[in-house]
Amino acid sequence: MNQIGERGFYAWLETLGAWLLAILWLLPLVYAFWSAVHPPEFSTEFKLLAPLTANNFVRAWGYAPWTRYLINTFLLVTSILAAQYVLCTLAAYAFARFEFWGREVLFALLLLQLMIRPDVLIVENYRIIANLGLLDTVLGIGLPYMASAFGIFLLRQTFKSVPTELVEAARVEGASTLTTLWRVFVPLAKPTYVAYGLVSVSYHWNNFLWPLVVTNSVESRPLTVGLAIFGAPESGVDWSIITAATVMTIAPLLIAFLLFQRQFIQSFLRAGIR
Amino acid sequence: MQYSKKLWMNVNAWLLLLPAVVFVGAFTHYPIVTSLIHSFYNFPRGNRPGAFLGLENYDQMINDPIFWQVLWNNLWFALGIIPTSIAIAILMAMWVNGKLVGRGFVRMAYFTPTVLPMIAVANIWLFFYTPEYGLLDQISRLFGGGSHNWLGNPDTVMWCMIALMIWKEAGFFMIFYLAALQQIPPDLGEAAAIEGAGRWYYFRRVVFPLLMPTTLFVMINAGVDAFKTVDQLIIMTKGGPDNASSLLLYYIYEVAFTFLDSSYAATLTMVLLVILAVIAIGQFVYFDPRIHYQ
Repeated sequence: MNQIGERGFYAWLETLGAWLLAILWLLPLVYAFWSAVHPPEFSTEFKLLAPLTANNFVRAWGYAPWTRYLINTFLLVTSILAAQYVLCTLAAYAFARFEFWGREVLFALLLLQLMIRPDVLIVENYRIIANLGLLDTVLGIGLPYMASAFGIFLLRQTFKSVPTELVEAARVEGASTLTTLWRVFVPLAKPTYVAYGLVSVSYHWNNFLWPLVVTNSVESRPLTVGLAIFGAPESGVDWSIITAATVMTIAPLLIAFLLFQRQFIQSFLRAGIR
Repeated sequence: MQYSKKLWMNVNAWLLLLPAVVFVGAFTHYPIVTSLIHSFYNFPRGNRPGAFLGLENYDQMINDPIFWQVLWNNLWFALGIIPTSIAIAILMAMWVNGKLVGRGFVRMAYFTPTVLPMIAVANIWLFFYTPEYGLLDQISRLFGGGSHNWLGNPDTVMWCMIALMIWKEAGFFMIFYLAALQQIPPDLGEAAAIEGAGRWYYFRRVVFPLLMPTTLFVMINAGVDAFKTVDQLIIMTKGGPDNASSLLLYYIYEVAFTFLDSSYAATLTMVLLVILAVIAIGQFVYFDPRIHYQ
């Protein structure tokens, strides 16, 4: 009896701890929302009955070309993902199903990109993008990420697990290499494509340093760079408006995450464990 | 016949690989090589072409106190993040794995920072640290503390950055521990309970060793992230005050795009590449055999 009581106490204590940490973890976000929907004079005063306002959003919206930034970010993440799907699928297929000269060496060389991502090579990649005449374009931001060793690795694992009988059956029916890839491998790898897609979109939606380096006009800037310029102390906009802009920027991805929580967590897990 | 079939296989495979090889080569391998080459030259200005300098850039680097400072900063940054975020991630995973009221909500709360852009997070945390009006100072005032310039003080700025990074990453690491915990058969815990082992003893002697592969994986990821995450500095401190919060990649960015010395930036990039390579080699050579020790 006494032992059960003690256990119950510990369980209660742990629940309390877990909830306190959860609240602490959400605090920054809750705070951003609070400040975004209240007039500036309440942004540091937490009164339950403080008046609500949409004014911060209206003003933030008027101060910067958010629609343009949003379109740029959208173009950026979709073009990167589309290219990654095509390039990684073809390469992963070669690694998973072909015996060819130099396979091991090439695979090892590709894996180098898992550790040394284009993000740390900003100086030289800037030079390359400049030589290609693609500075300050959405394509210029996306180009270094379009082939991903990580995507190749993930898809190769999946393709390797496709039963040989299916491949043989396709061959008997006279399907070509590419038809087999399209009809047999790609449909079976759907969960991998979803997982990889979610991770890729989140990464490039949030990416900042490289886009900051290669862009210098409204025409190509993604949301993150737009937000950084907007929020810079030099811009002189007040805090409530900055939080409103911040909330607007994170809203699309945050809403997607809240709706498809399980898929997001599963995807990050799959992608991470490899 | 056999030979031509082999040839056909090779041609096919290489055609499939060609686009990916071109892209990865152009934006990963080629820039690694040109970083090395440019680190031996000085930067061409106007019509004057870059001249070969040999190791002069490296010499400059060794005598550059800022370089050593950002390198140490980066090391402390990594050391500040890794153990604490691992401890918090394990705690989170154990809680979320157990029978908890509102488990779904708690898990969501822990994981949310992972999907937020660092730049947005930095905006919010900047205000936490603001002197007088910021949340941290308001709380400190409740307890009778005074006002602090958290980000303006070289003694506190790094801790502020470490706290931010732990908050951003712990929930991400949690999911790997969660997956590992779910692999541990429940009868192990029951057996331990029957033997009269306490929970802490069970954790220390059974659970923690079984989580070791995950811990190594998380350590490596956290280490790499500590060297390539600098977005927050651009918003919050610009590396200041007096480079107290600057990190290697941020210094590279500054040298290349503010001081416009791309040769010296290439030299600094080589150091970053070596660090990342050492972590990678460590992972493959030292850790991989041990990860599968079970």
